Amino acid sequence: MPGWRDVAAVVLVTGTIVLLGEGARQMTGPLAGGHGPAISLSPAALPGYTLLTVLRMLIALAASFAFTFTYATLAARSRRAERILIPLLDVLQSVPILGYLSFTVVFFMSLFPGNVLGAELASIFAIFTSQAWNMAFSFYQALRTVPSDLDEASRSFRLSSWQRFWRLEVPFAMPGLIWNAMMSMSGGWFFVVASEAISVGDVQVALPGVGSWVALAIMRRDLAAVGWAILAMSLAIVLYDQLLFRPLVAWADRFRYGDVAAQASARSWLLDLLHRSPWIQYACHPVGTALTRAAHLRLRPGAHWHGFEWASHPFSRRAGDALWFALCAASVGAAAVAVLRFAAPALAWADVAEAARNGLLTLLRVAVLIALASVIWVPVGVAVGLRPRLAAWVQPAAQFLAAFPANLLFPVVAFCIVRFGLAPAIWLSPLMILGTQWYILFNVIAGATALPTDLREAATSLRLGRRARWLQVLLPGIFPYYVTGAITASGGAWNASIVAETVSWGTTTLSADGLGAYIAQMTARGDYPHIALGIAVMSLMVVAANRLIWRPLYVFAERRTRLA
Amino acid sequence: MSVPDSPPMTLDRVPEAGVAAPVLELERVGMSFARPSGEPLPVLVGIDVTLREGEILGLLGRSGSGKSTLLRVAAGLARPSAGRVLYRSAPLAGPAEGIAVVFQTFALYPWLTVLANVELGLDASGLEPGVVRERAMAAIEMIGLDGFESAFPRELSGGMRQRVGFARALVSEPKLLLMDEPFSALDVLTAETLRSDFLDLWTQRQTPIEAVLMVTHNIEEAVLMCDRIHVLGGHPGHIVATLNVPLPRPRNRLDPAFRAIVDTLYGILTARLAEAGNGSGTVRGAFGLRLPAVSSHRLVGFIDALAAAAHEGHAELAQMAAALMLKPDELFPLAAALHLLAFAELQERTIKLTAAGRMFVHAGDSERKQLFREHVVQFVPLIAHIREVLDEREGHRAPRARFELELEDHLHRADAETTLRTAIDWGRYAGLFGYDDHTRTFGD
Repeated sequence: MPGWRDVAAVVLVTGTIVLLGEGARQMTGPLAGGHGPAISLSPAALPGYTLLTVLRMLIALAASFAFTFTYATLAARSRRAERILIPLLDVLQSVPILGYLSFTVVFFMSLFPGNVLGAELASIFAIFTSQAWNMAFSFYQALRTVPSDLDEASRSFRLSSWQRFWRLEVPFAMPGLIWNAMMSMSGGWFFVVASEAISVGDVQVALPGVGSWVALAIMRRDLAAVGWAILAMSLAIVLYDQLLFRPLVAWADRFRYGDVAAQASARSWLLDLLHRSPWIQYACHPVGTALTRAAHLRLRPGAHWHGFEWASHPFSRRAGDALWFALCAASVGAAAVAVLRFAAPALAWADVAEAARNGLLTLLRVAVLIALASVIWVPVGVAVGLRPRLAAWVQPAAQFLAAFPANLLFPVVAFCIVRFGLAPAIWLSPLMILGTQWYILFNVIAGATALPTDLREAATSLRLGRRARWLQVLLPGIFPYYVTGAITASGGAWNASIVAETVSWGTTTLSADGLGAYIAQMTARGDYPHIALGIAVMSLMVVAANRLIWRPLYVFAERRTRLA
Repeated sequence: MSVPDSPPMTLDRVPEAGVAAPVLELERVGMSFARPSGEPLPVLVGIDVTLREGEILGLLGRSGSGKSTLLRVAAGLARPSAGRVLYRSAPLAGPAEGIAVVFQTFALYPWLTVLANVELGLDASGLEPGVVRERAMAAIEMIGLDGFESAFPRELSGGMRQRVGFARALVSEPKLLLMDEPFSALDVLTAETLRSDFLDLWTQRQTPIEAVLMVTHNIEEAVLMCDRIHVLGGHPGHIVATLNVPLPRPRNRLDPAFRAIVDTLYGILTARLAEAGNGSGTVRGAFGLRLPAVSSHRLVGFIDALAAAAHEGHAELAQMAAALMLKPDELFPLAAALHLLAFAELQERTIKLTAAGRMFVHAGDSERKQLFREHVVQFVPLIAHIREVLDEREGHRAPRARFELELEDHLHRADAETTLRTAIDWGRYAGLFGYDDHTRTFGD
């Protein structure tokens, strides 16, 4: 007899499959009139659009997983690949996401002439670039920190590389990977508008989706339509959080290494439902068996590579290194020549100076905004974190706000700026941090919650004054958490500058000076050499900020608060 | 100078106690926490304690007796839900000047140096920075840490960290020192050194401390350090006995008078244990029987050890503890579990295998499981209940949450958790049911 759990689970599963299939069918249609199907602003069309958008994001997420498993594994397994791949990843993640879009859209569209699929791929690729890098980093870190006893145990069982990957490395990395995927998904929402309503030079495509809906609503100055979109996206975020990520996080909990009983474990009603429905268990059994078999295969290509042969020949090893790096240097040189050839005729030193000046302006904005957000949210976060009951309410709210695409509010702000005649150079700035400030808040809350009880009791018992309490106890206690939050927030602010420094409302376009506005304007003109210049300057500045400020701060904070 | 003939069950039998002025008085202090259902669950009831000048008073009890909560009440860190606390005859409202706490976990700030950690103890004094520095240096020197001022806690060993903890408490020249199991996180040798160093400071009157209240679960430590010992019983915590320790310092652990007091305390604690076990007879069949945190494998190991011990499965608890290198806190739950399952009988200071226990010892693996199953079903209502629920249900599965909720009507949340975990372990060993922690369901 099927219980209600079976019925509910089956309805959920089939419903999801039908919806995904319907979305996929629409994605492969012909490109009508070269611009894709017309977008309708009727609320009835909105659920369909939202579905398509979510589907794009999920496909991008799947691609990100595939990328993570290959790229990060290669970097962790091969010493030579690591030297190239990790710095490369560092740069890749500092390139503004919309920068990728301008360069890849033509390529993807030429792959499938006359079909929507090309534009779809370009859009999905843009979302992919907002997700993949930090997932790859997280996986790489996990692979490097697999506890040596587990690693030695797996070696003593003579597991092949393939078996070790699925039996040890992936499970060990799973909790961090799922968490990063969740963060990435939030990040992806931010770029949905720009990646669906593609507009690079004379290429204009509007793919059916919430992003295009919002773009059209802005063009038509339809505030009500923007409101509908906000509602639809909020619902979508809540739904996939409940249906996808909550169960995944609860499931990944079993892979947490260490004493699990000590900490409160994550729960998910959906996971419980699936676990307790005999039908689902029965249906999943063959799939589970097949996957387990696949993980058991003794594919052994890597096994000999990592044997003793290489290590025992230091000379050939050094020669191999030399050859490898010579090869890499040659490729870098060739790439540099190609870039110079491409840029030299179109760019003058004055252009570089202008981009740099704009970059400094944006840097100033980011710095001021991070400082402002910190001044506001650090005290609030500490106050909330020290009250567990309040924290239990505020923490999920802050996470939702971080996942919410803040650029949906841009039209509202633009409307106000136009209405009240405010200065765009100042009043557009807060938009850069609208979505990412929450990372500071919820990391600080997490830090204050994690402050050990005995340290708090000691502070109370010593009757510390307000000054000492904050400067010597609370602020140093949350510092590593704050730095984590601030890194994410500032990275997000740089990325957001491209959409935040130039905002349109109907035919009015408000623009603040800055590197983001510079890149946005060049993209609208289709001026590739200047787009490339802007992106290069921005990547350089982000990498520099990470290397010179954030990473040292993080290392310092970690070392300071460690007790053992 | 001898031990009282019978365990004194009354307070204040020290004749000269009336002379010295009281530093801290707890009057009918009670403490309760909220149950999930909203009604209060008491953890301390009717505690009367008077701490006088020149006295080290010990609070001895097993984990769960509420002794740390009591110390927090005395420190002003927790507000009692009943009764009142007087510090030097004035009501205590929050942490007060003159009271300092030494924590079990040291509670040092990892981002501050030794010196900065100690200086924090003078933050509330409002002294000039120069004076603060001077006094902090003096405290560091007194506690034997000079040369380590600029070190961070992570660079120090456990013993040195607790020295910093002491320096931070002593730098403010407190009148009352509260210590929460200050040596229990240290290894045996380090703890002994630190104890005698502290006692030297105390007997030589090198500090202005007038009285000390210390919480411990270590019987010998209590006898070594305290002038008077309150034994706390649990669920809810209350004082079950008070003992004077009229021995001169420095005390010798091998001194017969010292051993006699240790034995008396052992007796009081195990008597409480047997009583709790027998008392369960009245609630048997009822649900809220608290199970000790003892895995089946430890239990089996303990039965075998007991059988191997001298006198045919009849042993003195203190000797068992010494032979197995167990602390009383580790031994008591084992003894209580055996008593509960009727494999052994606890008397005042001794434990003796029952007929069933002896059968168990000589049985093979499958017979052992059979015997264990019978006893568990008979004597642990919760396990019998789980099995019954599984039998009644189609598919023989039941969610854990169901039993959690039922238990929390009778027990503290943490106790309910421990009890359920023990029940799962015993049930698994007995082959009565299985449990899947991923789905949090019981099954066959």
